[in-house]
Amino acid sequence: MEIVQKILDGDIRAVARLMRDIDDEIPSAKEVLKELYPYTGKAYVIGFTGSPGVGKSTLVDRLVDKLRAVGKTVGILAIDPTSPFTGGAILGDRIRMQRHFLDSGVFIRSLATRGHFGGLTRSTHDMIDVLDAMGKDIIIVETVGVGQDEIEIAHTAHTTVLVTVPGMGDEVQAIKAGIMEIGDIFVVNKSDREGSRKTIRELRNLVELGLRRHKTEGPPWEPPIIETVASKNKGIDELYEAIMKHKKYLFDNKKTKLERVLFDRAKLHFVGILRDQLFNTVLKRARERGEDLDELVAKIVHRDVDPYTLANKLVERELGDSK
Amino acid sequence: MGKKMFSESALERMEKEYKEWLEVYKKALQRIPERLERFSTVSDMEVKALYTPLDLKDKDYFEEIGFPGMYPFTRGVQPSMYRARLWTMRMFAGLGTAEDTNKRFHYLVNHGETGLSTAFDFPTLMGYDTDSPLAKGECGKCGVAIDTIQDMEILFKGLNLEELTTSMTINPPASVIWAMYIANAENQGFDRKKLGGTIQNDCLKEFIAQKTLMLPPEPSLRLVVDTVEFGTYEVPRWNTISISGYHIREAGATAVQELAFTIYDGITYVEECIKRGLDVDAFAGRLSFFWNSHIDFFEEIAKMRASRRMWARIMKERFKAKKPRSMLMRFHTQTAGCSLTAQEPYNNIIRTTTEALAAILGGTQSLHTNSLDEVYMIPSEEAVTIALRTQQILADEVGVANIIDPLAGSYFVEALTDKMEEEAMAYIKKLDELGGMIEAIEKDYPQMEIADSAYKFQQQVEKGEKIIIGINKFPSPKPDLEILKIDPEIEKRQIERTQRFKEKRDKVKLQKCMDELRRRCEGPPCWENNVMPALIDAVKAGATEQEICDLYRDVFGIYTDPGTF
Amino acid sequence: MGSDRKLRVLIAKPGLDGHDRGARVIARAFRDAGFEVIYTGCHQTPEQIVSTALQEDVDLIGLSILSGAHMYSFPRIMELLKEHNAEDIVVIGGGIFPTEDIPKLKEIGIKEIFEPGTLLEDIIQWVKTNVKPRGAAEAA
Repeated sequence: MEIVQKILDGDIRAVARLMRDIDDEIPSAKEVLKELYPYTGKAYVIGFTGSPGVGKSTLVDRLVDKLRAVGKTVGILAIDPTSPFTGGAILGDRIRMQRHFLDSGVFIRSLATRGHFGGLTRSTHDMIDVLDAMGKDIIIVETVGVGQDEIEIAHTAHTTVLVTVPGMGDEVQAIKAGIMEIGDIFVVNKSDREGSRKTIRELRNLVELGLRRHKTEGPPWEPPIIETVASKNKGIDELYEAIMKHKKYLFDNKKTKLERVLFDRAKLHFVGILRDQLFNTVLKRARERGEDLDELVAKIVHRDVDPYTLANKLVERELGDSK
Repeated sequence: MGKKMFSESALERMEKEYKEWLEVYKKALQRIPERLERFSTVSDMEVKALYTPLDLKDKDYFEEIGFPGMYPFTRGVQPSMYRARLWTMRMFAGLGTAEDTNKRFHYLVNHGETGLSTAFDFPTLMGYDTDSPLAKGECGKCGVAIDTIQDMEILFKGLNLEELTTSMTINPPASVIWAMYIANAENQGFDRKKLGGTIQNDCLKEFIAQKTLMLPPEPSLRLVVDTVEFGTYEVPRWNTISISGYHIREAGATAVQELAFTIYDGITYVEECIKRGLDVDAFAGRLSFFWNSHIDFFEEIAKMRASRRMWARIMKERFKAKKPRSMLMRFHTQTAGCSLTAQEPYNNIIRTTTEALAAILGGTQSLHTNSLDEVYMIPSEEAVTIALRTQQILADEVGVANIIDPLAGSYFVEALTDKMEEEAMAYIKKLDELGGMIEAIEKDYPQMEIADSAYKFQQQVEKGEKIIIGINKFPSPKPDLEILKIDPEIEKRQIERTQRFKEKRDKVKLQKCMDELRRRCEGPPCWENNVMPALIDAVKAGATEQEICDLYRDVFGIYTDPGTF
Repeated sequence: MGSDRKLRVLIAKPGLDGHDRGARVIARAFRDAGFEVIYTGCHQTPEQIVSTALQEDVDLIGLSILSGAHMYSFPRIMELLKEHNAEDIVVIGGGIFPTEDIPKLKEIGIKEIFEPGTLLEDIIQWVKTNVKPRGAAEAA
């Protein structure tokens, strides 16, 4: 396929258009992804997550400076939420990365969640593959950062960076409540602000607690806490070093760590594809029989049938034997 | 309390008769219903059909209204107001080259204008010289291009800078342009202690609304404090910050948002100056404000009256100022550019007249009236003249300038003044809770509030809930716009002039000045590191605006808009 | 699965003026019309705008400008789009334009100019009528 060669050659237009086709679920995109798959698996993926306003984009912007300075090419996926009411979205993360707009070694793509939960988009894994195939060394994924359920990134990135700022007391609580485990590196951005010491102390306690609580196979990784002031370019070298250290840790512990990451990602990706495909197949066949999803839902609303029976019936009918 | 304006018995009777009137009113509505489902100001603040003493029943005249020139200055900052001296008629001007603008200045002064006001082009406003690649196509478009002290000399040639006051609308590079102004004035033999005027120098509203962005908030504030500090000791007649609501309003804010965010910017500047070690009474008297006078007549008057009272109280209570001078809010006003239409442009004269009248009744110290063509171009000479005449007619024919604060005591205006203050104070409390204006800006809080209001207003226009004549009522086609052309040749000529100027400089001397400036910028903020003396030396040695701003950008970093939605 | 393509739009401000009220209002209106809007804010160079449009694969570029520098930035943007074989991207402008410049801008390929006083509803309707999301990239 001509387009495959174009992607491998890093043709901006071809890459951008393929990404759009993936996002829009155009069937031909899957054919291209199949052809590209053998060329993927080389890039190192870094995830950035944290609440809105903590400075994720600015931090990414600064890290890109550093990565470019050491000669790495970079792909960035910046995710913003889709409005559940209108289906539209305003994607504004690029605005903080504009210094890199004209650098051919950097490709930035803004993505809208389009109803997907978990911090990423449905298409993120495919997008990573495309950036990987076009030859980007490092791929940075910036999550939506609105929920506390953003765990998908941890199953996607080699290194996940969790960003917070001083004075967000609730934030530390949230981290404690669930997303602690996903951070390989913690960043306290805007660390020149009041309350910084307190936030760092609290995070350190949480990290130690987490280490004691979650024993995993292989040598443990103690998540470092990095202080940055992204707007003043402070702490970026330290962040870069921490990422490199985590990378080395993964590669030093191939069996127990690196392969685990790759397994998690492949599983999340595959299960997502499988789920979509099953779902779409069932619905498509149902539609061919003249059964529309909305009509089926209406039956449930009217209590003509319960959702379990209906789902079971559909799957059994369309896919053969199911218990 | 005994200090109330109305006696208990009068209020009792009022309550009774008001209820009776309400019944009559309701009956009348059965015959002819109200025109609108809901009546509200242009800022969407709901207004009642009728206001009575009942709306002022808790009012303490002495505490809240008082007398002109006396605390809390609700009725005006001078005891005599316009009976002694009219407001300054100050028309914003700037176009093309320094020569062209100088000609316009002379024209205005000859037609009775009493203060100069300079508009700079976008490269100058952003700290770029005309020969920067970023400045391509912009030279002289929306104001005058000033690259060097030589341009400044041409701009003010033949004008007496000790007699005329000069306002300069410049923000991130304000310190540089001010240094050029002072240096040029001194070169012309004027005394810096006698120079009067204003630099806008309000970096906070740039982050909030106008988006002339250069440095991050903290160093921006440091430079502002440097200018205040220098002005306090060296240029005592100069207003070193014009704390501006104008652009906040133009960006779509409501009157209350304009009031609240601007006053909070003022609070932030005062706090920063105090942190520097300045005594509040030493500098506060040189702070001035800049309001927008929008189309909703009473709302604007109430806003201006409320603003004086709020500032007086804040200065006295929050900052413990002692001198009355520190508590009084002097302000400039410009009529609302965003209320004008390109359709049927002559209608803009009527809009501007109404807005100017509100500014006068609101007690402004100086006024710019927009020209009828201002919505789409730098005003033509004819249009500027009409705008200036508008002020002169209001001053000398209409009679409104003969009585001080004539609307005081209006049940509606006083009630609306109170409401403005109350709602603005709620915002101020919220900003305090957010940790101050810089924090709020970084969270995009004021920006989002304004964008919400702008979008809501536009939707109201589309639904016909807010009317703009010529747009959504009696729509009229847009006429052909003949825009004052700025000759593209001037860009070329300006670049040549700047480059020739640069070649003539003493490079060694210039470098020494720039090194000293850098040393001060890198040092901790204090009087010894105040940038102003070093800037004046540097521009005298020929440093261009961009050379200095590049140094700033290098030392302090560059700011980009958070741009969230 | 045959899901409708989303219209992707870039809203950008070339030039040095910072008056982003219009750009922000239109960005919101487009979002509420169901489009995906890439917003890059003020002070964008033609090169930055075109680079963004290409990477984001937009169907439409909306340029907002009030500084009067449009006769420099608009032609430059069209030129760069041509250089990158991206003339299929529709470009529209909003802001203040002298009447005599409008035909010149249309001649270089700006599809429509929206002047002050235009209703959002009219702009959205224009976009829905005149801008169609492109077809699938060839997989052959």
